[in-house]
Amino acid sequence: MHNETASDRELLYEEQYKRAQKEQSFMRKLLRNKLAAFGFFVMIVLVFTAIFAPWIATHPPHQMDVTRTLLGPGEMGHLLGTDSYGRDTFSRIIYGARISLIVGVAAVVFGAVFGSLLGVISGYFGGKIDAIIMRIMDGMMAFPFILLAIVLMTVFGQGLMNVIFAIGIANIPGFARVVRGQVLSVKEADYIDVTRSLGAKNTRIIFHHVLPNSIAPLIVYATMAVAGAIISEASLSFLGLGVQPPTASWGSMLQEGKDYLVLNPELATISGLAILITVLSINLFGDGLRDALDPKMKI
Amino acid sequence: MGEELLRVEDLFVEFKTGSIVTKAINGVSFSLHQNETLGIVGESGSGKSVTASAAMRLIPNPPGRITSGSIVYKGQDISQLNESKMRKLRGNEMSMIFQDPTTSLNPVFTVGHQLMESIRIHKNLSKREAKQESLRMLELVGIPAAKQRLKMYPHEFSGGMRQRVMIAIALSCQPQLLIADEPTTALDVTVQAQILALMKDLQREFGMAIMMITHDLGVVWETCDSIIVMYAGQVMERGSVRQVYDKPLHPYTWGLLDSQIASDQNSQEVLPAIPGSPPDLSFDVQGCPFADRCPYVEEICRESKPARVAIEDGHEVACHFQTDTSELTRKEEANIGASATGS
Amino acid sequence: MKGFLLRRVLQIVPTLLVVAIIVFLITRIMPGNPAAVLLGPQASVEDIEAYAQQLGLNDPIISQFFQYIINLITFDFGNSLTYNQPVITLLIERFPNTILLALSALVIAMVIGVPAGIIAAKRQNSFIDYLVTTFSLVGVSMPIFWLGLMLVLFFSVNLGWLPATGMGSFDDGLWAGLRHLILPSIALATIPAAEFARIIRSSMLEVVSQDYIKAARSKGVHEFFVICKHGLKNALTPLLTVIGLQFSNLLGGAVLTETIFSWPGMGLLIVDAIERRDYMVVQSTVLFIAIIYVVINLIVDILYKVVNPKVNLDTGGGK
Repeated sequence: MHNETASDRELLYEEQYKRAQKEQSFMRKLLRNKLAAFGFFVMIVLVFTAIFAPWIATHPPHQMDVTRTLLGPGEMGHLLGTDSYGRDTFSRIIYGARISLIVGVAAVVFGAVFGSLLGVISGYFGGKIDAIIMRIMDGMMAFPFILLAIVLMTVFGQGLMNVIFAIGIANIPGFARVVRGQVLSVKEADYIDVTRSLGAKNTRIIFHHVLPNSIAPLIVYATMAVAGAIISEASLSFLGLGVQPPTASWGSMLQEGKDYLVLNPELATISGLAILITVLSINLFGDGLRDALDPKMKI
Repeated sequence: MGEELLRVEDLFVEFKTGSIVTKAINGVSFSLHQNETLGIVGESGSGKSVTASAAMRLIPNPPGRITSGSIVYKGQDISQLNESKMRKLRGNEMSMIFQDPTTSLNPVFTVGHQLMESIRIHKNLSKREAKQESLRMLELVGIPAAKQRLKMYPHEFSGGMRQRVMIAIALSCQPQLLIADEPTTALDVTVQAQILALMKDLQREFGMAIMMITHDLGVVWETCDSIIVMYAGQVMERGSVRQVYDKPLHPYTWGLLDSQIASDQNSQEVLPAIPGSPPDLSFDVQGCPFADRCPYVEEICRESKPARVAIEDGHEVACHFQTDTSELTRKEEANIGASATGS
Repeated sequence: MKGFLLRRVLQIVPTLLVVAIIVFLITRIMPGNPAAVLLGPQASVEDIEAYAQQLGLNDPIISQFFQYIINLITFDFGNSLTYNQPVITLLIERFPNTILLALSALVIAMVIGVPAGIIAAKRQNSFIDYLVTTFSLVGVSMPIFWLGLMLVLFFSVNLGWLPATGMGSFDDGLWAGLRHLILPSIALATIPAAEFARIIRSSMLEVVSQDYIKAARSKGVHEFFVICKHGLKNALTPLLTVIGLQFSNLLGGAVLTETIFSWPGMGLLIVDAIERRDYMVVQSTVLFIAIIYVVINLIVDILYKVVNPKVNLDTGGGK
């Protein structure tokens, strides 16, 4: 009934308004896309930095030098100065990009694979299986994300792989929910009934029809999740629960910088900026991606 | 018919979005007297709703703007009146009801609250007195068990009841002018008749003028005294209802009447019997705006804009051919032929 | 309403049970002997064995679980080895501080985020709209522990206006309490403020084009009340949802913020316990926070019904 009356509506300025919005959303898209393009550009730069870190870095990231501690930017050939062990801050930032990207991507892939699996099972089969899986996911989501990761790290212990596992596991319920929602909406579609009536098996329906249709929102969600995972890794490392020292991670550099905030504020400032810029560009890219794929997407 | 209440003269309204300027209203003039009901008809996008909003100065700015013309209410030009003075008029001297009562009542406030709101804004009444007044208004518009209904939310009412509530709100301060923007379009046919009857009753009681915006010529026929036919932000034809029905002068009016007949016959959707669509008002329209869809279009129609010509007392039309009576007859014959094959 | 309340309260029981199971499983799947992990590397074999006995680690897993649940119901969160007192005592001591910080941050976030969102929506595509949109994008991407450090660097180290660490007592006057609270609550408020601005902006944009807004104007309602009464109340439902979700951020963020500012809340307790390898405290505190979060969401759910009369939660959906 709503639609009917809406189509009856004869307000010229409403049409105007709609046209204006269309134009605005186009402008917006353009602007957004500019931002998204900026985000994408920064992401590419980061990936190259991570891959070619040994060539970009001016010093080995773990090389200590007690004669050159807490230098300011530019002093004695250290572009961004040194930390309390005399390690080159610039080089450690460059190497830190590796940790952030590896953890960000690997943890999200882990969470996406297991989360999607649970989401598909839950959404597709429904009933008791659905109820049980979703109650578990609800339970996991009752923990603030970072706290779940902290608890898991207390069990796993420090280390790169463990950080990936902890953040990956904390990511599972989010993916499960998104995928389950997608599966439920795809399941309603007529063509699934047709496929089933033609005798297709469950697994075939899932892999050939349900999953491909869930891919767009999954990619958008995953992009945002990478940004979240990078923040989480930094948080864990900042709390001393992340990668093991002396591995250069932006979070652990920030932790060191915290203790030398007065003597050497550059360390904390720069490592934090690296996190902010990385996360911001991924979020910008994700926003643009969502608009491009489907503006009505509710993630 | 009483004194002149509202006179709109040569009104122009623009909407500016980005670099595009849409001229929604282009030189609309009409007047409305006490106790009179004026019908404003036209297709979607003809500017009738914008005209109504302009009369209450409710055009959202930005993007909209009254660029020139005057709106004279009780001898005072309100087209440039400041907001706080306008607010004293709105809801008090002039008020409005809308097409869809489902969306025009605020879902999160009780009906009583929404009724009392406008009473308390405009009348110096205590809460108790305002409540009494609200109760009286609800009873007046024929809502049973009004006392309990005051405490209810809009979603607990039926569509017809909601529109009655809207009318109660609009009339709560006994306005002189009621603007009804498609008041029955969203309602069931049987309810439509009830609402129209209610409006006529209340008009007799309060002596107010009604501006009835509609695309339904049946509604105009039943309720209005005079009519203006709008197209592309301009008045194509105006006159008393009798004049326009008995002797429609503009080819666009003919088209509207034809489509009305067509829709009455198969009682389905109102389909425009006039092929084509209105011009894009973000471009300057040279000549007659209806030229592209007019079956009788001639060279001159595309070249110059027709002036408004009074054919008889109070009956005006903006068409190049209406002064030549032989021309008119020829066109009318052609029209009969066209509508016969058309429907 | 009574039946509805009861049903809602009962509905959180399974969630709480799952939360408890998760923490129980996590503590029991620790590689090696949990007692050894809990006691740390310096513990002797006898100590470990005795502690394992004390924890009931030698019992069958099912009876361990039931014991665990019974302990929880009686608010027995175990004993801290490094603090030498029951964890619940620590929690009760720290809980009000964290809530004070989280609520202050929530208030700041709303005071900044909600008007920013309204103004941005009211002036869509204006300079101020872009400003709000940009700030909220940066805000949601902010590593708040870094922001906290920068606030300390600027306001405490460079300007010397506000203390960098600790918590003041309101018993010593309003300012004594406030001056310690300002920086940490601003840091913690950043992400929620950005989220509120975003959500209010988008829901207000939807609301202001509704007929009832025009109807309110046509009644002669002042524009301020048109927006802030008729508009905002309709935009509150999505805001409430986000507030509920943001509590997760606030409680999680509190852990990081409290570390920066040495704010003696549950977050600092967790971080200190991590450093002391007192994992019993870490796990119990996290469990406690999860329970708080579930309860807060229950309250938000109930508020829904108050704010939006159309939502009929008894049947589980809107009309």
